[in-house]
Amino acid sequence: MPRDVPPNFPPSASDKRARLTLFWLQSGGCGGCSMSLLNADSPDLFAALDVGRIDVLAHPSLGEASGEDYHALVGRILSGQQPLDILCVEGAILRGPSGTGSFHLQPGTGKPVMHLAAELASLARHVVAIGSCSAYGGISAAGDNVTEACGLAFDGAEPGGVLGTAFRSRSGLPPINIAGCPTHPGWIVETLVQLGHGTLGASDLDAYGRPRFYADHLVHHGCTRNEFYEYKASAKEPGQLGCLMEHLGCIGTQVHGDCNMRAWNGEGSCIRGGYPCIGCTEPTFGERDAPYLETPKRGGIPVGLPTDMPKAWFVALASLAKAATPERLRKNALAERIAVPPGKASGKPK
Amino acid sequence: MTRLIAGPFNRVEGDLEIRLDVEDGRVAAAYVNSPLFRGFEQILVGKAPADALVYVPRICGICSVSQSIAAAAALANAQGLTPPENGAHLQNIVLATENIADHLTHFYLFFMPDFAREIYASEPWAEASARFRAMGGDAQREFLPARAAFLRIMGLLAGHWPHTLGLQPGGTTRAIGRAEQTRLLGHIAGLRRFLEATFYGDALEAVAALDSVEVLDAWGAEGHGDFRAFLAFSRATGLEALGPGPGLCLSFGAYPLNGGHAFAHGVWQGGAVGPFREEDIAEDHARAWMVRAAEGPRPPSRGITLPDADAADGYSWCKAPRLGGRVAETGAFARQLVDSQPLVTALAARTGSNARNRVIARAVEVARLVLLLERWAMAIRPEEPFCVTAPTPDEARGTGMIEAARGSLGHWLDIRKGRIFNYQIIAPTTWNFSPRDGGGQPGACEAALVGAPVRAGETTPIAVQHIVRSFDPCMVCTVH
Repeated sequence: MPRDVPPNFPPSASDKRARLTLFWLQSGGCGGCSMSLLNADSPDLFAALDVGRIDVLAHPSLGEASGEDYHALVGRILSGQQPLDILCVEGAILRGPSGTGSFHLQPGTGKPVMHLAAELASLARHVVAIGSCSAYGGISAAGDNVTEACGLAFDGAEPGGVLGTAFRSRSGLPPINIAGCPTHPGWIVETLVQLGHGTLGASDLDAYGRPRFYADHLVHHGCTRNEFYEYKASAKEPGQLGCLMEHLGCIGTQVHGDCNMRAWNGEGSCIRGGYPCIGCTEPTFGERDAPYLETPKRGGIPVGLPTDMPKAWFVALASLAKAATPERLRKNALAERIAVPPGKASGKPK
Repeated sequence: MTRLIAGPFNRVEGDLEIRLDVEDGRVAAAYVNSPLFRGFEQILVGKAPADALVYVPRICGICSVSQSIAAAAALANAQGLTPPENGAHLQNIVLATENIADHLTHFYLFFMPDFAREIYASEPWAEASARFRAMGGDAQREFLPARAAFLRIMGLLAGHWPHTLGLQPGGTTRAIGRAEQTRLLGHIAGLRRFLEATFYGDALEAVAALDSVEVLDAWGAEGHGDFRAFLAFSRATGLEALGPGPGLCLSFGAYPLNGGHAFAHGVWQGGAVGPFREEDIAEDHARAWMVRAAEGPRPPSRGITLPDADAADGYSWCKAPRLGGRVAETGAFARQLVDSQPLVTALAARTGSNARNRVIARAVEVARLVLLLERWAMAIRPEEPFCVTAPTPDEARGTGMIEAARGSLGHWLDIRKGRIFNYQIIAPTTWNFSPRDGGGQPGACEAALVGAPVRAGETTPIAVQHIVRSFDPCMVCTVH
């Protein structure tokens, strides 16, 4: 039986039709996901675009066109003259003030970017939200949300957003939400290459539209502080080596992402950098009931426990683990560097 | 007179639109508009003070570490805290790494591609400039992997870039040992190799030692490297005559260490460096879409940021900060000038601040910074502390005044009842790209554009683009 190979995979070098066009729209955000994208190093961005057979029509940091050239390009897309395969939107959609969208007007035309994003989305084969702002509103929608920020197809965790719940791009997919603040460059290029190869389908996205190749993991997976977590040997101040869950606000056991399985900037992650996971890939990111570096507790027990574990079991295991904590971990948890090294190993199972 | 609406400007960070009045083939007046408002100062109100470190880096993706460092400094100021030496070194290394990344990103991705555009296709140097083509020219294909390689410093010391929580008021959260120090030195060595082989075509020490216009001209005339290519293209296009600055240059002082700064703070005008006084800063809202205080411009410690889309005569979401009522320029040129770096001082005396000299100052600064990085990395003592903590008072004020890649960045924090009561930010591009003030003074970029040539048929003139990009504006910071 031949395996079901998508029609344009692998794309032949001479087949110009197999190349995809990409338009990157900067909406109301910080530009940090673009900066993160430029960090891609295995493969680097241009190599990834070559592999995915993607031609970038416009990108705010990389594109040549300004002014009239840019407007002409947008005009060709809107008239259908220039086919658009992938629309990437970075940054939240700003609907304010009072639903007018005039907190973010396109330079040179004065058109609300809110409307431009919706028009382009209706023409694109795939729509990709780059980062938590364009996916859900993110940090841009924090506080009283004075700018009336939302995502393309979500407003926080509520489906809807500026495109509405029924929206599907020409490919039949909902917007693909590469959530993260910033999003990981690998998450972007691996999504784009899969789109280029025609191998990403609806079943590859989770309930919040995130690609499952990274969202089916938890930030906890591969956490370098795992031994401290096992024994509930916890740090109390920033900079200490212990687990960050009990006192310092870490919610990595609940948050979706493979942050500790793939490195950031070569060898980093939030937790490896010494600070907690703050849940930046989640649709509610931007607001929290307690300060970020504090763990809210009820009766001395952290409120946010692993989502799929019975609470009583967690409490029982935690108290057992605490009772069994080796002195080494108890001391190291409160130190900036290893104070007590592991003991001698026999080199064979005992 | 013809009126042009120029924009969007690709290859600047964020959204920018400029209205140009053109007469006799030259810009007669320019009005700079930031057509995006983001509202961070409102978002911060009511938050726990330490949570500023979660929010403020997300003001800006390209200067996120600068925002973090300014917030950490404001909190440290409110707490009466000083980071230990290791923490101070690592904060400086992380900030300098961002600063270098921003300058080189500006050079390779934002500024140089303009020389490879169709408009210059018939110039004798077009073959040489093709290397810098936007979207994948050879120079970009070499630069991006080099950039990713040296930004591993961020993975090592700050978890990732942009947006780290590792920069705390009392230091940094990643204590490093000898092994990490070794990797750090390795990343810096890789950066040095890229710069010497590709960017300068010479040793960092030789670039940092350039000390006069004549020495620079002689250096530029012989040898290879992308910075030398810039010198040649800028001569051919007359960049030196474009985009004069206001003649008042501001630096808050960069890279604090042992009570001083690696790059001095102060104000340069009329050929001399004088003291900087914080009380000279006030923000004018006369032409911004902002609620205006009855008494006129306010100092940022008592500043207000409330959007008003219908504000009379408004044309930008950007406010107009002024120094003693005057327009100041900030950025690498100002920073090196205030630090009395010999070459930049000589350039200022000869031709002043302009589109060419701003780029030169960045290149000089990068060389100096890498030399400092090497020293700071060697100065880490792994057995000593990296981070200290202190409680945040329920009532306190804090000020964090630092230098970002693009210039002077200030955070003013007011804590009441344990929560953020007011948080005001003046970003570097707020200085450079301000609208007019109540007295009708145009902002630094608005004035720099006057006199720029406009070719027949241009609506976003190439000269205007060179001038705008020479400031390396960051509009997302501006409209926080």
